[in-house]
Amino acid sequence: MNRTGMRGRVEGLGWGILGVLAIVLLWEGYKFLGPADGVTIGAVEGQTGSGFMILPRTHDRAMPHVWDMLARLVAPTSGGDTPPLIATVAIAALTTLGIAAVGWVLGVAVGGALALVMQRWQLLEWGLLPWIVVSQTVPLIAFAPVINAIGNQIDRGGTSWPQWLSVAVIASYLAFFPVAIGALRGLEAPDRIHVDLMRTYAVGYWSTLRHLRLPAAVPHLLPALRLAAANAVLGVVVAEVSIGMRGGIGRMLIQLAGQASSDPAAPWGPIFGSVALGLIAAGSVALIGVGLHRYRRGEATA
Amino acid sequence: MSPETTAPDSLAVQARGIGKVFPTASADVTALTDVDLEVAAGEFVSLIGPSGCGKSTLLRLIADLDVATTGELQIFGKPAQQARVDQDYGIAFQQAGLLPWRTVAGNIALPLELHGTVKSSRDARVRELADLVGLSDFIDRYPDQLSGGMQQRVAIARALAARPRLLLMDEPFGALDEMTREYLQSELTRIAAETGAAVVFVTHSIPEAVFLSDRVVVMSPRPGRITEIVPIGLGSTRGEGLRESPAYFERVTAVREALHGAKVERANER
Repeated sequence: MNRTGMRGRVEGLGWGILGVLAIVLLWEGYKFLGPADGVTIGAVEGQTGSGFMILPRTHDRAMPHVWDMLARLVAPTSGGDTPPLIATVAIAALTTLGIAAVGWVLGVAVGGALALVMQRWQLLEWGLLPWIVVSQTVPLIAFAPVINAIGNQIDRGGTSWPQWLSVAVIASYLAFFPVAIGALRGLEAPDRIHVDLMRTYAVGYWSTLRHLRLPAAVPHLLPALRLAAANAVLGVVVAEVSIGMRGGIGRMLIQLAGQASSDPAAPWGPIFGSVALGLIAAGSVALIGVGLHRYRRGEATA
Repeated sequence: MSPETTAPDSLAVQARGIGKVFPTASADVTALTDVDLEVAAGEFVSLIGPSGCGKSTLLRLIADLDVATTGELQIFGKPAQQARVDQDYGIAFQQAGLLPWRTVAGNIALPLELHGTVKSSRDARVRELADLVGLSDFIDRYPDQLSGGMQQRVAIARALAARPRLLLMDEPFGALDEMTREYLQSELTRIAAETGAAVVFVTHSIPEAVFLSDRVVVMSPRPGRITEIVPIGLGSTRGEGLRESPAYFERVTAVREALHGAKVERANER
């Protein structure tokens, strides 16, 4: 874009790298200095698991070296001539990302539609908004199997309903919330004077929506879409674990964590994978904002 | 702009027995009562009075942003709603109210765009208007890059875009500093003369009302009503010299007395 924008980006990248280095240093520093069995207070002699552990264990099974984690990434996934761990992680991450994308699209559509009708009819806002807020207090882990069961029923009824679709629906359940709230605030953002102005132009609801409410909603919508993307990824990972769907990174995480005592560096593969996944998801949504810069002009002065 | 719509009435605004009551939870608030007002085509009329006198309410009724409770209101011989639908008036508020995501050109073009004017004639009209308000060099700027006075000039250009025969202005210079204000007042008299539009101008400044207007409508509050209409008659060309002339001061005094008379009257009522 311009010079300062470019420099800002390079600077941001520098700080990002510095942050990662700081975490690596903390990890290795503590591992080097801390006692192998951690620090436990109030332990009773001869009784395993008693007392409170206030500092974690540092031995290689609990805290593998960072370089071991990285080395594990290129080692075969499960011995022999299986593909390297990083490839397996990448495939699982892509599977999860694809499902999250579907969940995000569903969530954005539902959240956007809810915001539109709530803005249009005040009565619907009063009626729907409390339920939308309450909906997020239902624990996903309890809710996921229900969706899965309904999906299976539909599938058995003759209409094809693959399991990943249930996962996407569960993810959309988390993704729609920030969009519904953000879009509603955005659509209601125009000043009274602007609404009056559109009325003096004698234009209808749709024209006002297109020329006033939607552009005014952009600054509220972009962070909501980013939140929705993060929520969608989170929702897919949790749903995979909850209903036991294979192929995604959530399932892989659980599986490798189960083998951690014999292969402590392995679970870090899918952990890095899910971090990358979150960054990719949030970054893709940030790309949407690039073309919409002029709709965010008010923010600088406000 | 067809002859049929202009023919029946040479009056831009005709109000008879206008009243406006805002119902509230505790009691009804009478914002306006028994307002009679006629504004001729091409005439510049200011509404002046203390806050709460209903001057802005009257403007909003003319603009059909609110509906009168009683009385009859006609704009160019038709009901206010029809006049709004026909885009017979342009309006400017105290805040410029520009859309921050549109450039100066985009903001001026907004009413034309909404009513389907083709792009080529839209662009020509925008250039013409930017020239009229002296912002030709700023046409690609965004509102946040303009001063308050420039923003208000864009708002005036936008109000004029569809060539309305009536311009409604609600304290458009109220938020500006004195120098910008006087400059824009001169500009406005020039623009009004050039376009030949009637203007209904709400203000709380006596000098501003006198400088701009053919007639000044003095209003008083509780309930909002017209107490006096002061003819100004200083001619159609208003230079800066007018501000120093004895005739101008005489009219300022006349309007001030009309305003204060209203105040004394109210004190007597108690």
